[in-house]
Amino acid sequence: MERGEAAKRRGGGGGGHGGKKRCRSSEEGVEEREGGAGDPALRGWPSSEGREQIQLLEETLDEFTENRSDDLVVSLYQMDLDRALFLLRSYLRIRLQKIENYMVHISKTNLWNRLSEQEQRFAKRCIEIMEKHLEQSVLSRLPYGYQSMLKQSISSEEDDMVPEPQLDTFVFCKTKSDVGAFQLDDTGEEIVDLVADDLYVLRYKSIRGLVDGGRIDLV
Amino acid sequence: MAGQSNPHLSIFSAPEVEFLAEDEVVEIVPNIKMDAVNMICGDFGPFFPQIATKVPLWLAVALKKRGKCSIRPPEWMFVERLTHVLEAERESPREFQPLPFHYVEMSKLLLDNAHEDIPDIYMVRSLIEDIRDVRFHKVETGLETISGRTHAVKLKNLSAMEVNIVRPFMVRALQAFYKHDSPEMIQQPESTVNRRAQVVDRGPRNIFVTVTGLNMILSVVAKSRDAFVVNNASFGAAAAAVSTTVMNCSL
Repeated sequence: MERGEAAKRRGGGGGGHGGKKRCRSSEEGVEEREGGAGDPALRGWPSSEGREQIQLLEETLDEFTENRSDDLVVSLYQMDLDRALFLLRSYLRIRLQKIENYMVHISKTNLWNRLSEQEQRFAKRCIEIMEKHLEQSVLSRLPYGYQSMLKQSISSEEDDMVPEPQLDTFVFCKTKSDVGAFQLDDTGEEIVDLVADDLYVLRYKSIRGLVDGGRIDLV
Repeated sequence: MAGQSNPHLSIFSAPEVEFLAEDEVVEIVPNIKMDAVNMICGDFGPFFPQIATKVPLWLAVALKKRGKCSIRPPEWMFVERLTHVLEAERESPREFQPLPFHYVEMSKLLLDNAHEDIPDIYMVRSLIEDIRDVRFHKVETGLETISGRTHAVKLKNLSAMEVNIVRPFMVRALQAFYKHDSPEMIQQPESTVNRRAQVVDRGPRNIFVTVTGLNMILSVVAKSRDAFVVNNASFGAAAAAVSTTVMNCSL
């Protein structure tokens, strides 16, 4: 059976190395997805590598179908593609959900830089729509001083009506490698010894640094 | 995936956890000749009849459904191993035995799709069910022992499905304990009358919120997870601890 151009480009010459690279990026996708859902905060936007791969796979699939290759092989590639797309879609959906919930908070902090361009556009429109809606339905009818979407009243010094993600919560996490003795609170009374492959329920605030540093996985 | 289910109850639904488990690698013995496939998740094959090779579970199940291969059950899915694990689970009430992170989902998929490839299938099925029950019982008794501000709960070897089932209840319970058992909630002797009144005022409201909160979680857990029914004892313990905290405040 002839392998299509696209397949060659994907699998091609490099062989083993190419395979490994793809494998890694798919794993990253799963990880991002899992962690993304478990993480109360918003994570950085991953590389666009996944999207390119899906495009290549779609091309391969088209070629296979055109060449009337073995039905079995076509259906297997189709399944692989469907799985990847499903994962990607649900990942994007989770991100949109977080953006919808905390749009104002995100737009005002450096979390904004973690959004992709499209997401930033989405968040902006979201805020506009929400502002308009609140303005028309409630705020315009309130007495002077209480008409801000962001402040309880004019006397508030900061924006105190902005929903923020609840970071003071507990998460399930798995250690990748030995971290060693780790301090859980500010006073240093609570210390755990994190050994590789341990599963813990810990406070997100205390392990946030480890999560960002990739030393611990959320499950 | 997770966007479709209610994010406040559980991060993943059971089929979503199963989806994640389908990337685990299993060994198959194909009965056809086929070139290697270059998937997004890696390269697999080439496939030759009667020569074992490793593929992700979803690929194995897909080939199996089309009658193109037989699946070799993983070594932990044999009767001797499982019997041993079950015994060990029963003997150590505070520890979980090491099993694959996705053992619940993998065994379900294999038992459903590859029944003729698994020796002593009825025995294997009932052993896995027993192991699950024993482990869930341990999680429940573990929950009962949480009785104050807790910074860390160690659950080594707990599997993906088990984590997903206990997550909503456990996180809310720990949050409640963390909040109500904080040192700031306990009355300082030198504080003013004014502050005392405030604290007393705050007490009953908190207990009300917490108990209804717990109640809600309990009914949700009981409704949606028949495999994991939180018994009244743990609820009682939680409620009792909350009221103790509140009493501390008003004294």
